[in-house]
Amino acid sequence: MTIRNVMPRIMLASSAVAAVLLMFGPADVARAQGKGKGGGGKQGGAPAATAATRPPNPAWANAEVHTLKVQGNVYMIVGPGGNTAVQIGDSGALVVDTQYEEVSGKIVAEIRKLTSKPIRYVINTSADMDHTDGNAKISRAGAPVIGGNLGAVAFDNGATIVAHENVLRAMSEGPEGKADTNADKLPTTTFFQGQKEIFFNEEPVIVMFEPAAHTNGDSMVFFRRSDVLATGDIFNMDSYPVINVDKGGSINGVIKALNVVLDITIPKHEQEGGTYVIPGHGRLTDEHDVLEYRDMVTIIRDRVQNLIKQGKTLAQVKEAKPTFEYDGRWSAATGPGSTDMFVEAVFRSLAPKK
Amino acid sequence: MGIVIRAKFSGSLVLRSLILLGSALMTSPAFAQVDLSGTWNPQYQEDQPERIPGPALVDYLGIPINAQARQWALSWDPDRLGLPEHQCQVHTAAYIYRGPLQLRIWEERDPQTQELIAIRQYTSTYEQNRTIYMDGRPHPPEYAAHTWMGFSTGKWEGNILTVYTTHIKQGWHRRNGIPSSDKITLVEHFIRHDNHLTHVSVVTDPIYLTEPLIKSEDYLLNTNSGGNWLWPCEYVEELPNADLTKVPSFMPGKNPFEHEFADKFHIPVEAALGGAETMYPEYMKKLKSAAK
Repeated sequence: MTIRNVMPRIMLASSAVAAVLLMFGPADVARAQGKGKGGGGKQGGAPAATAATRPPNPAWANAEVHTLKVQGNVYMIVGPGGNTAVQIGDSGALVVDTQYEEVSGKIVAEIRKLTSKPIRYVINTSADMDHTDGNAKISRAGAPVIGGNLGAVAFDNGATIVAHENVLRAMSEGPEGKADTNADKLPTTTFFQGQKEIFFNEEPVIVMFEPAAHTNGDSMVFFRRSDVLATGDIFNMDSYPVINVDKGGSINGVIKALNVVLDITIPKHEQEGGTYVIPGHGRLTDEHDVLEYRDMVTIIRDRVQNLIKQGKTLAQVKEAKPTFEYDGRWSAATGPGSTDMFVEAVFRSLAPKK
Repeated sequence: MGIVIRAKFSGSLVLRSLILLGSALMTSPAFAQVDLSGTWNPQYQEDQPERIPGPALVDYLGIPINAQARQWALSWDPDRLGLPEHQCQVHTAAYIYRGPLQLRIWEERDPQTQELIAIRQYTSTYEQNRTIYMDGRPHPPEYAAHTWMGFSTGKWEGNILTVYTTHIKQGWHRRNGIPSSDKITLVEHFIRHDNHLTHVSVVTDPIYLTEPLIKSEDYLLNTNSGGNWLWPCEYVEELPNADLTKVPSFMPGKNPFEHEFADKFHIPVEAALGGAETMYPEYMKKLKSAAK
């Protein structure tokens, strides 16, 4: 190969690099500049991030993963981290939420059963570890649309990871308060308000920001042609809402987002079917399931608000059992989503700030 | 000798044929069973006040509800049914046979083998189509969607069709606010005697019932099968400028109708609030002795 032959390739690669840097957001630039495959640690210009430090969880590694066809182009992969939505078509695969790193291989294997095309997009509905921990492995199983093979070779960048800017910020600080974020897991394309629109697999895909709901960085993903909505943890079918007040979440934001879901969903017949809703956790649902959940959450909010107006303290509110008739169905055994933590989050959302 | 041999052979053949026929009768689940096909009209002599005019508010008598279900029902404001998304809400498979309806039943058979694949039903109220699979297929996984009619599989127990249903949506055990969870399972028996059909249902609800809820209804065969009606439901906004995100409900202990039914029929409120004890005849004696 002569120099003359090499130079155009270098120039072409440089041009492609420049173009990609211009077209990607700041997160992409930082990631492209700073690291190679499997890299981690603090990168030039990138938010602070360290290599993963948490020990592997054998329960997650051994967990079963199952795939359910929802409708249209959309599937639901059920695993230990909740639900992953996958849209497939001629252009490749788009993945919503990546669960835990331990099951990334199984999730990729499930996607491979659906399509041999590359994974092009990963979308995170929040920064929580059970939605983002598998980002690196699942992203690296694919390649970005932009630049095609050249882009993938130039940056070794994997599929584009899309999320609200607050997800990037939260992950940079360490998900769930622990600085265990591998930079490979970070979103590469972020948006700041409103919605991010993607046209993929002949389908409009709308990433909708829902402020101050489960956290301050929640998004829902609406597959407009398939008529399927993935809500992330704004709506869980196996627990009360998980509201992280310290991360900007609030009960009124959750209720507002649930009402948005009700606005989007249209039943096919007699309040059944039509638009399907993939919750962050739990079984597949439609509008009526969301409706009953919205009713419950709103009723509990109203009760806690009423008790606060009476001057009740948090302990007194808990003593009044405002969730009594719902606990058997919706309280998680412990931790987030349990009665205790849900009532506390509702109280902290509503009580006057001192 | 030849005659004897033939006789022995013939006897053996008849015996074998009988055994074969018997085996076929015993092993083929859908062979020579009662045909439930036809259009069936419900009879309302049983529990008529609940089924036609509808139950009174805070009439929970005879339902084995737990304390959680009672509070759920007491906080239920009927105005909630005016919210757009609630207006077309359907009675679940565990309740729908109680209401006014026409029930059409037909069989789906494999055209090649004539084996029974499914028994299908059309319920005119709410236009509900129900499939009872008879081919032994498994129920869907837990993470599959739920529907009003759920997922049903059936088997013949003698001449009784027994049906097992899962994946039913959240609904109500009685349409005055008593909730049924999306965790219920339903066992039904369809029993035909000539032109008379008895339907018995046993609902188990681990969230809201302390015991299974057992109900029955009777139907008569209707030879005028053109009577099934449609039920196009489209919501309307019932009030201008209403806040459609507000969920009508009563605060705990503030249901204004708590005493209405009990006072009307001169029974203690505790009786009207239901529970397993109120299902049994012995409860009548308890009420009478309490009244003395």
